[in-house]
Amino acid sequence: MSTPVKAPKPGPQAAKDGSQAARAQPARPKAPRPAPPLGAPAAAPVLTGAQAVVRALEELEVEAVFGIPGGAILPAYDPLLDSQKVRHVLVRHEQGAGHAAQGYALATGRVGVCMATSGPGATNLVTPLADAHMDSVPIVAITGQVASTAIGTDAFQEADIVGITMPITKHSYLVTAVEDIPRVLAEAFHVASTGRPGPVLVDIPKDLLQGTGEFVWPPKMDLPGYRPTTQPHGKQIREAAALIAEARRPVLYVGGGVVKSGAHAELRTLAELTGAPVITTLMARGAFPDSHPQHLGMPGMHGSVPAVHALQKSDLIVALGARFDDRVTGKLDTFAPEAKIVHVDIDPAEIGKNRDVDVPIVGDCRAAIAAMAEAYADPGKERLKTWWETLDDLRERYPLGYTDIDDGLLTPQWVIQRLGELAPADTIWTAGVGQHQMWASQFIKYEAPGTFLNSGGLGTMGFAVPAAMGAKLGEMGRTVWAVDGDGCFQMTNQELATCAIEGIPIKVAVINNGNLGMVRQWQTLFYDKRYSQTNLSTHHSEASPRVPDFVKLAEALGCVGLRAETAAEVDAVIRQANEINDRPVVVDFTVGPDAMVWPMVPAGVSNDEILYARDVRPNFDDEGEI
Amino acid sequence: MTTHTLSVLVENKPGVLARVAALFSRRGFNIDSLAVGETEHPGVSRITIVVDVEAGSLEQVTKQLNKLVHVLKIVELEAGSSVQRELLLVKVRADAATRGQVIAAAELFKARSVDVTPDTVTFEVTGNRDKIEAFLEVLEPFGIKELVQSGTVALGRGAKSMASLSRYVSPNSQQ
Repeated sequence: MSTPVKAPKPGPQAAKDGSQAARAQPARPKAPRPAPPLGAPAAAPVLTGAQAVVRALEELEVEAVFGIPGGAILPAYDPLLDSQKVRHVLVRHEQGAGHAAQGYALATGRVGVCMATSGPGATNLVTPLADAHMDSVPIVAITGQVASTAIGTDAFQEADIVGITMPITKHSYLVTAVEDIPRVLAEAFHVASTGRPGPVLVDIPKDLLQGTGEFVWPPKMDLPGYRPTTQPHGKQIREAAALIAEARRPVLYVGGGVVKSGAHAELRTLAELTGAPVITTLMARGAFPDSHPQHLGMPGMHGSVPAVHALQKSDLIVALGARFDDRVTGKLDTFAPEAKIVHVDIDPAEIGKNRDVDVPIVGDCRAAIAAMAEAYADPGKERLKTWWETLDDLRERYPLGYTDIDDGLLTPQWVIQRLGELAPADTIWTAGVGQHQMWASQFIKYEAPGTFLNSGGLGTMGFAVPAAMGAKLGEMGRTVWAVDGDGCFQMTNQELATCAIEGIPIKVAVINNGNLGMVRQWQTLFYDKRYSQTNLSTHHSEASPRVPDFVKLAEALGCVGLRAETAAEVDAVIRQANEINDRPVVVDFTVGPDAMVWPMVPAGVSNDEILYARDVRPNFDDEGEI
Repeated sequence: MTTHTLSVLVENKPGVLARVAALFSRRGFNIDSLAVGETEHPGVSRITIVVDVEAGSLEQVTKQLNKLVHVLKIVELEAGSSVQRELLLVKVRADAATRGQVIAAAELFKARSVDVTPDTVTFEVTGNRDKIEAFLEVLEPFGIKELVQSGTVALGRGAKSMASLSRYVSPNSQQ
């Protein structure tokens, strides 16, 4: 989408600024435009720092900023009121602004922007910044800072946010001159969106927002130490292609980098050319169609049996934009003991970090995968016959599934499956963190990249609702469903007020089991069913009514609140929710607390110890043979 | 664990030392010595870091350092192919009876006396770590009142330089 969702505010700005109104709107560039020919701008306008921020955001073609004003950032909010191009979404908590910027970025592929004031406003952005850092999401956070003369005096609402966020940002700036504002913002967007994407923080003292300086655009970026490698090395590509051709048990292990680089078409070509099985991580669900016969599912702690086993027994793992996370590898020194590794990543520090590599390929996934497909000479699929027989047998014997628990409550996996089956095909899904997230990954079928947005690396509860808000704002024409848990939902549901007032009609499915479900699952399995501090009392019982009642809460927040408590109601309620497009809608699905996420590799053990269900270890016929 | 000397060229920007130091502390590496100063170009500083780590960990920390936007170049300087020096200032007890011996010892190490009182002499000496340690050992019996050591600074031997800084700092080089 290219036009702001909200009608442009009336104002004199457009008439005053003819040059901008006349400026053509080409396809959005990811990075700022190159410098004009020498001697082009005769005289740069003099703007306040605040105006410079807003003008720079306009020049960078930002269509939405999520934020909350406060003392130190206040000057920037004045020119924002007049902007015809930048829509500000007033969130209810800065964490929501950050996750919304992430959701926007993940859904649209563009840089998400959030804004907050100094001190507590800025520290409330810490969680989304850390989340974006772990999952490589391009966002820019603009924070107000106390006046430069007051920095270091413990002034009111002062926090050293650059210092605090140093380890969880890709880069950060404390602006020291008004004239630097356009350059710093242009650099921030460039750094956030290129190479391995990530969050960039720009901290601007209040006196600079109030001061004036020349506004030069496009600014000259000054990043001599920033040179991401995007073109893979030809020799290594050829080596990788040769290894794939030799391998008897190859696996394409696909991570979030494939989605970030837009390499899904190239991936499909490579997969079909080589005939190798494909595994998509939590961050890469949708990068390869779930319906494709070569797709084995998700690896890792709650991965499918065939996917986990394929990695364990592989003789060649081709890691594409994936990082051998501990949730994927299990106990690292027993992971895939016979596999050679080809590792493609744009970040050289990922290569060899957790697992030694035979062929390292630093570069953009899309370029690398395309080059590998080009260099690959197929020796015929016969060599993979035994491998596929093994894997197909596992697929048949150990499909993803669940059993109903006879407790009179809904089966959560089934509810999530029905949500997926009844939603429009191009629906964007977000999830919080926990059981519902794993089930959303397992039981909704993803056919396209960027359709499942969740918090993988940091595991941030409360991600779903604000991320859905950001995704919906970026993709207004598509349905956005947040699959949330009752624990997660209570962390960030205040953004439903934002959605209701700003006209962002997301849909939320609260998979309400009345408990912190994943923690409870671990207490069931590893703590002798001693349920310490996991009951959230969101179910109705003799002892207490629902606290809170999510239907009433939804209504209080300006949304439609629905509830489904019996299997007979589920489809009708989902259909009803799918029909509502003028307001956000929340559905409280009252599900049983005893359902568990399977398969599972218990923490800290080898992936060989995967359990298909409680006390059920798969019978691997090939053990000791391959 | 072995000692490694890293020479890191960085943009001379606020906070850059904090970013570099934080990367080491996050991974639990103890920095043995650290020296920072401007280079032949005022826009670029050189940080010399001596750190005690395994080779694998060093590679990872070097890669992480390279990701810092303000870091321009990193080279590991091997002892054999580089000149490595520390500076020591040391205040030694030296009265009329011992002063002659103290000064004679200092001359062996080419140390210069930079301050003298009736009871003490302060020496300045440069050298590699072994030399500094040997000198301190010799002074020990006289009584060391206090001392200060700089971090190691190091340059590769030979005619080549680690990087042409003009590549990084020419005002119009970057777009």
